Amino acid sequence: MRFVDEYRDADKAQALATQIAALCEPGRQYKFMEVCGGHTHTIYKHGIEDYLPESVALVHGPGCPVCVIPMGRVDDAIAIAHEPGVIMTAFGDMMRVPGGNGSFLDAKAAGADIRMVYSPLDALKIARTNPDRRVVFMAIGFETTSPSTAMTVLRAAAEGIDNFSVFCNHVTILPAIKAILDSPDLRLDGFLGPGHVSTVIGCRPYEFIARDYGKPLVCAGFEPLDLLQSVHLLLRQLAEGRCEVENQYTRVVPWDGNLRALEAIGRVMQLRPYFEWRGLGFISHSALRMRDEYAAYDAERVFSVPGVRVADPKACQCGEVLKGVLKPWECKVFGTACTPETPIGTCMVSSEGACAAYYNFGRFTRQRLTEASSV
Amino acid sequence: MTTERTAGGTGRAVAEATTGPEPGRLSPEQQVLLRIERARQRAPRIRESRITLAHGAGGKATHSLIEGLFVEAFRNPTLEALDDAAVLSVGGGRLAFTTDSYVVSPLFFPGGDIGDLAVNGTVNDLAVSGARPLYLSAGFILEEGFPVADLRRITASMAAAAERAGVQVVTGDTKVVQRGKADGCYINTAGVGLLERPVALGTGQVRPGDAVVVSGPIGDHGVTIMLARGELDIAADLASDTAPLSGLVADLLDAAPGVRLLRDATRGGVATILNEVAQAAGVAVVVDEAAVPVRPAVTGACELLGIDPLYVACEGRLVAVVDGAQAEAAVAALRGHPFGDGAAVIGRVTADPPGMVLLHTAFGGTRVVDMLVGDPLPRIC
Repeated sequence: MRFVDEYRDADKAQALATQIAALCEPGRQYKFMEVCGGHTHTIYKHGIEDYLPESVALVHGPGCPVCVIPMGRVDDAIAIAHEPGVIMTAFGDMMRVPGGNGSFLDAKAAGADIRMVYSPLDALKIARTNPDRRVVFMAIGFETTSPSTAMTVLRAAAEGIDNFSVFCNHVTILPAIKAILDSPDLRLDGFLGPGHVSTVIGCRPYEFIARDYGKPLVCAGFEPLDLLQSVHLLLRQLAEGRCEVENQYTRVVPWDGNLRALEAIGRVMQLRPYFEWRGLGFISHSALRMRDEYAAYDAERVFSVPGVRVADPKACQCGEVLKGVLKPWECKVFGTACTPETPIGTCMVSSEGACAAYYNFGRFTRQRLTEASSV
Repeated sequence: MTTERTAGGTGRAVAEATTGPEPGRLSPEQQVLLRIERARQRAPRIRESRITLAHGAGGKATHSLIEGLFVEAFRNPTLEALDDAAVLSVGGGRLAFTTDSYVVSPLFFPGGDIGDLAVNGTVNDLAVSGARPLYLSAGFILEEGFPVADLRRITASMAAAAERAGVQVVTGDTKVVQRGKADGCYINTAGVGLLERPVALGTGQVRPGDAVVVSGPIGDHGVTIMLARGELDIAADLASDTAPLSGLVADLLDAAPGVRLLRDATRGGVATILNEVAQAAGVAVVVDEAAVPVRPAVTGACELLGIDPLYVACEGRLVAVVDGAQAEAAVAALRGHPFGDGAAVIGRVTADPPGMVLLHTAFGGTRVVDMLVGDPLPRIC
């Protein structure tokens, strides 16, 4: 398939792998964090680790939209969904995310009208065709998805649709990266920057990471060759003693971002003073809420939301996994009590979650792989 | 390297688990993986207090419902085989018997409708058990207000499908429920067929060295239904692959007596079937991604939606496990039939690691292919 196959060429990958190995200093261990869950998914789905030398370790970051939703917000959304006349809409990924009292899927089976949509515009369409119902969109995600939520609210306002609102859980990536950099638990050599987020915010906002923290960052695309090339760029910076923000994903990411998208976010939403992240706790200025001008579209103001904080289950170590401190399999409940079909933590739910990716795609070691291929 | 994997391998870990493990020698990661394999082999239980859509998706939840509830209730050796059709000895002959219900939405889609599907699906369950399909029953659950013209159209395509498959609809039932209590039209069909060949098909026959064959491009039906719902603004020139496979199976069995197992790849797709085979037979299935036939339109839609074609339903494709030495003969026989002209060998059965399906990616890496969790698409058939 065009525009796909050329980024999955095994010969080019082999050539890059050789160059990567040549750049590694003997005896040195490298640890790079891929910030975005989309990268984690690609790494496992295509078996990219098979091309990396033992001395290069990729550590998963916090950039998985579903993974960072705290249980209390799921419970709040379910409470809204049970209000009379409500149709709750959400991305498919959200359906199995456990709250303190079950998931959307369970709430749906218990009678709530919860529907899966592919875009907030689909939710608006449902509002348009069901004028006697109150339609709520469960908005999640980083800067990648907040522009489409903002545009949908602007469209609703322009059309005068008054039975539509947004339960806003949008978060911003930079405070999360900063929290990881400030955390004493982790020693990193550099970052694979989140390509999709960067299509909106650009590369400039990452400059503090190189300047203040002395860590290189390469903004990376999502095809397997993109990731290999980005690892290569990071290693080259380290070999040459540079520490910069570089853009590997130039075919999509402009250095200054997408101003129209940023403007839409700015018109509709504003920073919250703080927001709870699953496993990471409260982080200042890390999420968005609706501006007062759009209060009529803010589900948190249209409905009475319980707003109860639910503590994560004791056994769950999603926070450590999201910070890259624990590898998925090091979590106490990984793969036994917590599996994709019976997730305890959010990292096991989304296809972008580190635990789900590792469980679904990576649950065997290299040795095993060689044995299997040699048969 | 994401997880800083250690050398050694669970392949060995699992082998040691069966031959007498020495846990002290395993790395922490290997011990975890071993524990997971044991957890995976535990009898499935149904934990939920209510039925969710995942229970109908053909993946893990469906399995836990069937094995944790239905098999528990009805336990008998014929049922416990959990094959597509039950094989019964009656008066010296062997009968295959099966049933299936159809709730597809929309009722009419490119390449077919619920009527074709209801005949072909049941015919195929019989065919892949090695039987010649003979007779079907048809039960209709209709919603008050359903247009008779639509019902006429559905029964006409059922009749045409039955004729094409060489079966007769010999008994039936009709129920009508109040408006809003069903969605238009649901159909149940049951079928019987005769096992005339001395073949023994089943997971018990599968062994290392066997080849895995599919009869054509995968995922056509699922993606067609997804697009036919009109919920996605994607257009593609695709049609459902719904077709009766009995003729194709007969040609295959004539050409390759070393067929070990046949399955039609419906809900859960090829990936789910291969996992069932790997787990039931205690073998590994290693699939070569580049060899799996998928139409460009299906690949494109799946890329956009983040779905893996290996999990997308087909309604006219079979998966065959064949003696490795007869793989070429099997593919040639399938390709000689109009419903099998895209047949290909997609992988091999190996001894290790038992119970797992591995995929060699076109990119040159390797990963696990697990059973489907969750439901990308309810009411696909």
